[in-house]
Amino acid sequence: MSSIKIRAKLLGEATQIRILIAHPMETGRTIDPQTRQSFAAHFIQTMTVRHNSDVIVQADMGSGVSKDPYFAFMLNGGQLGDIISVEWSDNKGQHDSASETVK
Amino acid sequence: MALCHRRRLFFKQLSGLLAAVCLPVPYAHALWPEKHYAASPLDVTLKQLFEDKVILPSDQIDINVPLIAENGAVVPVTVSATIPAVQKIYLLVDKNPVPLVAEFALSEKMQAVVSARVKMAQTGDVWVIAETAMALYSASTNVKVTIGGCGG
Repeated sequence: MSSIKIRAKLLGEATQIRILIAHPMETGRTIDPQTRQSFAAHFIQTMTVRHNSDVIVQADMGSGVSKDPYFAFMLNGGQLGDIISVEWSDNKGQHDSASETVK
Repeated sequence: MALCHRRRLFFKQLSGLLAAVCLPVPYAHALWPEKHYAASPLDVTLKQLFEDKVILPSDQIDINVPLIAENGAVVPVTVSATIPAVQKIYLLVDKNPVPLVAEFALSEKMQAVVSARVKMAQTGDVWVIAETAMALYSASTNVKVTIGGCGG
C-alpha cells in the first residue's frame, strides 16, 4: 500500500491539494527509554508535487515536520480528471510516489 | 615499462569505476540542501539561507496557528500570502534545535498558500519567509506550547 494519500478537489477556480504521508519523521534526538540510545534520524527530505507533468511544488524539509506529514496547497485552475502526483524521498534513500485525479 | 604503466592506468580506472558503482546513490539526495538544516540559532540559519539580503517585515503574510498548542509535536500551520509572485515559502520555528522546518518552491500556477504540521520544542515563534524574485518578506507569530495539556 502506498504511503501517500492525495485528495485533489476542484473548488471553483482553484484546486485544493491535500497530501498525507505515512512516515515516522524521526529527528535523531529522541531517546529510546529501553536502550537509552537515540533513535536514528529518519525523515523525508524532498517532496515533489506535479500537476499533469508540470512540477508545481518542490519542497525540502527537515525533521521539524511532524510525524505523518500533512501538506495542503492551492493550485490556480485545474480541471476535473487532471492528475496530481506526489513523490518523496527520505534520508535513508527510501522513496514512494502516488497519483490521484482531480475530483 | 609501457605495459606496467598501462596496467597501472587500468587499475586506476577500475578503482574509479568501482567507487562510482559502489557508492550509495540515495534517491534525489543531492537535491537536499543539508546546510540549511544545520542545528543552529535562528539568525545563523537565516544568514545561511539568505546571506545578508534584507528581509522586510510584511503584514501581507497571514500565519494561521493555534495560540496555544497542547501538543508541540503537531502544530498545524497555514500560511497565506497576498504578496504577488511568491516563488518560495520558508517555514521556521525559532526555538527548535533545527530552526528551518521546510521550504516550498511554488510554480507560478500556485497560490501562495501552504499548510503543514510542524514540531515545536517549546513556546516560541513560527516564522514565515516569502521569497519573490525581487525581495524577501517575513512574518512571525507566537505559539504557546503546553506539555501537560492543561492549556495554562
